Amino acid sequence: MLAGDSSLIPIAGATDVLVHWPGNLEAKTRSYLDLSGLGELRSMQWADDTFTIGALTTYWDVICNEQCAQAFPLLINAARQVGSVQIQSRGTWAGNIINASPAADGVPVLMAYDATVVMQSCEGIEEIPLDEFYFGYKQMRRRTDQLVVAIRMPRRAHDVEIFEKVGARRAQAISKIGLAITHSQDGWRIVASAVAPTILRCKAIETLLEEGSPVRSPDDLMAAIAKDVSPIDDIRSSRLYRERVLARILYHDLKGIVPSFV
Amino acid sequence: MSDVNTMQIEFTLNGTPTKVDVAPMDRLLDTLRYALGLTGSKEGCGEGECGACTVYLDGVPVNACLVPTFQVRGCHVETIESIPHESLDAMLTSGATQCGACTPGVVMTACWLNRHPELSKTHSVRELMAGNLCRCTGYDGIIDGIECEQRTKSSTL
Ligand SMILES: Cc1cc2nc3c(=O)[nH]c(=O)nc-3n(C[C@H](O)[C@H](O)[C@H](O)COP(=O)(O)OP(=O)(O)OC[C@H]3O[C@@H](n4cnc5c(N)ncnc54)[C@H](O)[C@@H]3O)c2cc1C
Ligand code: FES
Ligand code: FES
Repeated sequence: MLAGDSSLIPIAGATDVLVHWPGNLEAKTRSYLDLSGLGELRSMQWADDTFTIGALTTYWDVICNEQCAQAFPLLINAARQVGSVQIQSRGTWAGNIINASPAADGVPVLMAYDATVVMQSCEGIEEIPLDEFYFGYKQMRRRTDQLVVAIRMPRRAHDVEIFEKVGARRAQAISKIGLAITHSQDGWRIVASAVAPTILRCKAIETLLEEGSPVRSPDDLMAAIAKDVSPIDDIRSSRLYRERVLARILYHDLKGIVPSFV
Repeated sequence: MSDVNTMQIEFTLNGTPTKVDVAPMDRLLDTLRYALGLTGSKEGCGEGECGACTVYLDGVPVNACLVPTFQVRGCHVETIESIPHESLDAMLTSGATQCGACTPGVVMTACWLNRHPELSKTHSVRELMAGNLCRCTGYDGIIDGIECEQRTKSSTL
């Protein structure tokens, strides 16, 4: 269907699509493609080396899954901080990815677990690593004829798993800064949200951690942070504030865990 | 189908099979209030923040202001009109309501968590109630009412 009419907008939980609906005349002129009838997309599959969630899997589905709490605790941690139960029960992980807010909460934890986005169209299946998916504000490597069908994560043993959301208040707040950290034998993943036009991996910080360069205070992280992120000044916070907060959270999260943080 | 812009949606509403003609993207909240005359669910913000429009969709609380009506075809929808009056007793005596604007939504979420005592193993009442904003009570009356109801239930088990 998307191949026939690429202006169709897919709808999953509608928690982004229907916001401001009554007054949004432009949105009312567009055509929508309901995904909710595709029950097979609401699934969680455990294979030996991967965990795959269907595109209609909601935050609440994951919160209620005990195996997930064991194997991917950050998914639960982030899901519980999305909106409220009423939003968690409707909002999907795939919708969070495609909505592409730089302040999203689902995306950073997926990225810290090396998730890939599985998309389908008439031309076949394409799987793209989430950390290569965005290339600018709300710009992503999805053609309008492609439907996200699943999100896949490798199953690894992690010895560090942290998610932080610094918001104005605990629930129902757009995050000011989000941080997801994992470590496994595949290395460090440091993912920051709301500090750049897209959610991204902080590669300079990851390198600094791999190399074991000594870090004595949050200030020692500022140079790497400046390379990684490009926060904006907006109504929620200023640029320097976000960089400093990010440095402080990182420092305090990793001190005591990483020997080079002294 | 009465005209090209409407379609007939069939679903179960408070236990009763229901058919309604709506434009597919009409919000469930409007369908309930205007097409079906169930005005118990309220509109506060219309954008998923306040919870005044909370209903159950297949047994789980959702914001009816963010549900396109076509998505409930074949589903079970329950509204405040389906809640037995006894369920309100504890909340009425604990000062959980003042102006009442938030109350239908508050009661929906409260009754859902009282029906699911297993949630208290992982979640606090405050976390589960975070999607229901109240400008009047300061929340203590609401939380007290829910906890009181939970105590009564567990002592009668
Ligand atoms: C009150 C409120 C609070 C919120 N709080 C948070 C929060 O704390 N943190 C947070 O991250 N988000 C929050 N959100 C935003 C939203 O709930 C999430 O982004 C959610 O994950 C969106 O999922 P959905 O299924 O509802 O998406 P939809 O609204 O259905 O779709 C969102 C976008 O994704 C596209 N899309 C959906 N599924 C697919 C698919 N399978 N293939 C291709 N495209 C697709 C749609 O076309 C649309 O562009 C909040 C929203 C509200 C209303
Ligand atoms: S009216 Fe639906 S959440 Fe406020
Ligand atoms: S009683 Fe007035 S908003 Fe809650």
